[in-house]
Amino acid sequence: MSLKDIEKRTVIGPMGEEIEIDPLRDYYCAATPDLKMEQRKSSIPIIEKFANWARSESLWILAFGTGCGGIELRPLVTPKYDVYRFGIQIRATPRQSNVFIISGYLSVKTLKRAIRAYEQMPSPKYLLALGSCTINGGMYWDSYNTINRLDYYLPVDVYVAGCMPRPESILAGFDSLKQLIKDGKGEGAAKYAEKFEWYKKNQKQIIKDWDMPDYNW
Amino acid sequence: MKELIERLGTKFPVNETVFQRDNLTFITTDKIHAIELITHLRDYEGFSHLVIITAVDWIEEGLFQLTYLLNNPKLKVDMGVRVMIDRKEATMTSSHHLWAAVATYQRELYEMFGIFFPGSPRIKEPFILEGWDGPPPYRRDFDTKKYAEDTYFPRPGRETHDPAEHMKEKMYPEGS
Repeated sequence: MSLKDIEKRTVIGPMGEEIEIDPLRDYYCAATPDLKMEQRKSSIPIIEKFANWARSESLWILAFGTGCGGIELRPLVTPKYDVYRFGIQIRATPRQSNVFIISGYLSVKTLKRAIRAYEQMPSPKYLLALGSCTINGGMYWDSYNTINRLDYYLPVDVYVAGCMPRPESILAGFDSLKQLIKDGKGEGAAKYAEKFEWYKKNQKQIIKDWDMPDYNW
Repeated sequence: MKELIERLGTKFPVNETVFQRDNLTFITTDKIHAIELITHLRDYEGFSHLVIITAVDWIEEGLFQLTYLLNNPKLKVDMGVRVMIDRKEATMTSSHHLWAAVATYQRELYEMFGIFFPGSPRIKEPFILEGWDGPPPYRRDFDTKKYAEDTYFPRPGRETHDPAEHMKEKMYPEGS
């Protein structure tokens, strides 16, 4: 995407007619995330509990490696650590996945892609942050191009500290994420919907050439 | 290598020569003759491969040092052509017509050091940094730490230790 892609423009159709296109209105949904939809729960506790159990046992990771942590996800899904046995698997697109692993430092350029990918994921969605870089910038804390605190831009459910955390730590992180979901506390998406303006303000403060819709659903 | 430098010296001003290794030599030339010299090396002396173009910021001298590293695949030798340009008016003749990769290097140098190459294709397009509006970050007068602290919401409570002092304190306390 570039700024040109979201500019209003006129296109000539196949019959020679002029068509006005406003990409932000025509190609994307202008609505902001709906807090009520994100917090939707069953009124019967046992059904809600069952749903939470089901959610916690099928975590599908978006295959998006940022920073150095991406390399730790390879042993995680291959036979050495094999997360498939815990109901965790890798999916190729945001639309199919519900766990986003931010695996390490995020440059401003990658943050933009991470925001797009996160917003495209269907709820219920969870965000796992790996490494010190996502907590306070880690060893890149004084870099001109990497963010310091991930929780200013995206809602984090579980942090896994370390530089870099080994796959065992990531497994432990998944365990606590599962427990969180079973307790009904995996509410990152609802937090994002609730404080949407604040998140957008922070994101736009960092990303100077904002060339995408405000909410990429 | 020495014969080559002598041969070059008859045609171009070669100010300073550093014989780094048997297969690596650096020569310094002036801004006006640099591209001519590089073209000569490429077309007549067999330095047909460009390895890298890089810059060094000599802030105390007020200069940028550009290094064009060339490789002669037949003789297996490298030649670095150094050019000192003024830091305040950082402009250099573009050499994108010599190798296709040069335009990309020049884009990077423009973004990171603010060295301008007039006429180079897509020179002003962002290369790595998208939407960057600060000064070129590789210049030494750019304070990375201050920029990060002002921009990226630092988490309070971070402690940093100077390694030398920390070791002195922990491992060799005074008086013991």
